[in-house]
Amino acid sequence: MMTTPSLGWQRPFVIAALACAAGVSPPVAAEQRLVPAQSEIAFTSRQMGVSVQGRFRIFEAQIVFDPQQPEAGRIALRVDLASAAIGTAETEAELAKPGWFDTRRYPQATFTSATVRPAGPGRFEVIGKLTLKGSSRDLVVPVALQRAGELTLASGSFPIRRLDFRIGDGDWSDPSLVADEVLVRFKLALTGVAGP
Amino acid sequence: MPVPTLRYSRVAIALHWLLAVALAGSFCVGLYMSELPNSPFKLRLFNWHKWAGISILALSTLRLAWRLTHRPPGDVAMSGWQRNAAHLTHRLMYGLFFAVPLAGWAYSSAAGFPVVLFGLWPLPDFVPADKALAEAIKPWHAGFAFALAGLVALHVAAALKHQFVDRDDLLARMWSAPR
Repeated sequence: MMTTPSLGWQRPFVIAALACAAGVSPPVAAEQRLVPAQSEIAFTSRQMGVSVQGRFRIFEAQIVFDPQQPEAGRIALRVDLASAAIGTAETEAELAKPGWFDTRRYPQATFTSATVRPAGPGRFEVIGKLTLKGSSRDLVVPVALQRAGELTLASGSFPIRRLDFRIGDGDWSDPSLVADEVLVRFKLALTGVAGP
Repeated sequence: MPVPTLRYSRVAIALHWLLAVALAGSFCVGLYMSELPNSPFKLRLFNWHKWAGISILALSTLRLAWRLTHRPPGDVAMSGWQRNAAHLTHRLMYGLFFAVPLAGWAYSSAAGFPVVLFGLWPLPDFVPADKALAEAIKPWHAGFAFALAGLVALHVAAALKHQFVDRDDLLARMWSAPR
């Protein structure tokens, strides 16, 4: 017999709804937005000593970041691996194959931050996990923030080891042919970042 | 007994045969590698081909400097048109010794795969990385290479004709060391 309305699993939702109705919102910073047209994620690999530049045309980010409270920051990036642009059409077709990015099975690479810590004026270190082609590695990514009018540019670079992610396996795994280390460079244009 | 012919200098003979082998090898590798599907072997061949091309360019510079500062032996007996054809062929070949590798170097730069000599020394790009430009340069590199191959064939045929038809012992000028 139910005489009193019970709040079981619905309880948190009801409380949240009541809180919203009462105009009480939790003190979370407004989410910052990525401006893709002015952002860039690029990489440099070396083939027999030759630097080969590539970049990703399509990526997205969810960013909550306040320079005054870096520890509360949360950064999640998703990169569309099939959008890699690297020199010739022949090389791009090669890059999508199973030995390289295997974009059919692994269409996206993701980066999810665990913590953000300050590293000097306008500088931060984002500690997080990069997942690429089914393998994950922890990374420490240095980021420099720079004001550019209404935008804030977050830029930096970090090396990864392609063989950690089985990028270029089989015959291509020889690092004298394609170097193991790949330098990733990024410049993310953000709106809504609070000034320093 | 034929009169002993004046010969090319030791350096000229060495450069002639070294470049003959390098040019023939690079031409054959170039023909072969462009038909290959993408593979580590193809990447290696492309880089070796580029390194050979830059070496040919450097040796050709040395060769041209030597040629301009050292008098070659005089012409063997032949008709006026043959003499003109021989001189024109040599001038065109010298031009192509530079044109073929320079067009290849430019194609590499334009294609976004600049030349790093022997995997160690990055060479400057004298054209920007630009796909459309790369496609425009590519047929020139190939065209110059085929033109050079044609002239080399003509040069070889003419030398053999002198040696075995005219029997003027022309090959000795470019074969044995001078006394």
